[in-house]
Amino acid sequence: MQDHLYNFLLYLGDNALILGHRLSEWCGHGPVLEQDMALTNIALDLVGQSRNIFQLAAKMQGEGATEDTLAYLRDATAYKNILLVEQKNGDFAKTILRQFFYDAFNYPCYQRLMQSSNKDIAAFAEKSMKEITYHLKWSSEWVIRLGDGTEESLRRINEALEDLWPYTGEMFKYADFEIAMTESGVFPDAAGIEAEWEQEVKNIFAQAGLELPEKAWMHDGGKHGRHSEHLGYILAEMQFLQRAYPGQKW
Amino acid sequence: MNTTISKEDIYAILEQVSDPEVPVLSIIDLGVIRDVVLHEDTLEVVITPTYTGCPAMDMIEVNIKAILQENGFDNIKVTTILSPAWTTDWLSEAGKQKLLDYGIAPPQGSSKSKRALFSEETGIACPQCRSTHTEMISQFGSTACKSQYKCLDCKEPFDYFKCH
Ligand SMILES: [Zn+2]
Repeated sequence: MQDHLYNFLLYLGDNALILGHRLSEWCGHGPVLEQDMALTNIALDLVGQSRNIFQLAAKMQGEGATEDTLAYLRDATAYKNILLVEQKNGDFAKTILRQFFYDAFNYPCYQRLMQSSNKDIAAFAEKSMKEITYHLKWSSEWVIRLGDGTEESLRRINEALEDLWPYTGEMFKYADFEIAMTESGVFPDAAGIEAEWEQEVKNIFAQAGLELPEKAWMHDGGKHGRHSEHLGYILAEMQFLQRAYPGQKW
Repeated sequence: MNTTISKEDIYAILEQVSDPEVPVLSIIDLGVIRDVVLHEDTLEVVITPTYTGCPAMDMIEVNIKAILQENGFDNIKVTTILSPAWTTDWLSEAGKQKLLDYGIAPPQGSSKSKRALFSEETGIACPQCRSTHTEMISQFGSTACKSQYKCLDCKEPFDYFKCH
């Protein structure tokens, strides 16, 4: 059971860290200054959330583990994030849609985690919820603006949809550690999340004039450490300093 | 530990620590100090972060320890709690006035759900000319706690310390 809890914490932290890192790649490249700042603000929230979760995981692991050893010294196969969050930024439309799919999933997840039987997780979820709510509002608005925008913006978000849709199924394909957490009340009522996500996506897509794709074959494996080649490149950049100069500090 | 020291004395010392990102605010104004506990041999300060990724929190912790050490306390423990989650409702009235004087519009109204799409906090008073004829430029600003507005009368852009 302790192993399952530990893996569940890593899963939550890895999702936030990898997406946060992806968004940080936008720094200085946003389409306009205000949205550059929005992307990096969200990146900061996500990296902050991963720090909180890794602190809990490090305490469980003991043996000198810290939030930094968990972020910087684990190999790709030890990362448990879903494949969606490691996908390349692409253009602004692809980044927005990836963010919206993730936010619309995270929102019902963290609503449940606020009721967690684990008090540390419940407190963390309560804290993060305000930020996640703000992110979901922002990404939903942009999906509508791009879908219901110009011919060009519609073309781009439809392309993004084609690329990203096959990565949405993994969110609801629960791993053994998630099932164990649901059974023990740490992650209550996980079964209802998929329907809530679908409802949210349908609602925003209707306002954006986008069509929900058919259920199709879906990628998975991230929760078990089987990642796309993208994660290796992310980690190579993110971990370089600690790998090359172990123990370096600011 | 000196038993004549009271919690109020500690709060008075902590009043000298400022928010690194908005230096006119003390950490007391900001509402991040949740408790001060005088243990037999340790002084414990309980803090809560504003935003989970707020980079100022690490610095605030260092500065709390530094100022207490300067004031003769050797065993200091800073504990971080996440619940109840920080809200702008905890900003002191003095803090709100200091923000306004500094050119940042203080949060108006209280913390509430931000789900409604395309909604924005309206009627935010311009810190320069006090006009409420203003509009949001961006939900996100120069730090996690602010969004960007502009005044439609005096035309000045300004930061708004958003409700959270
Ligand atoms: Zn004005």
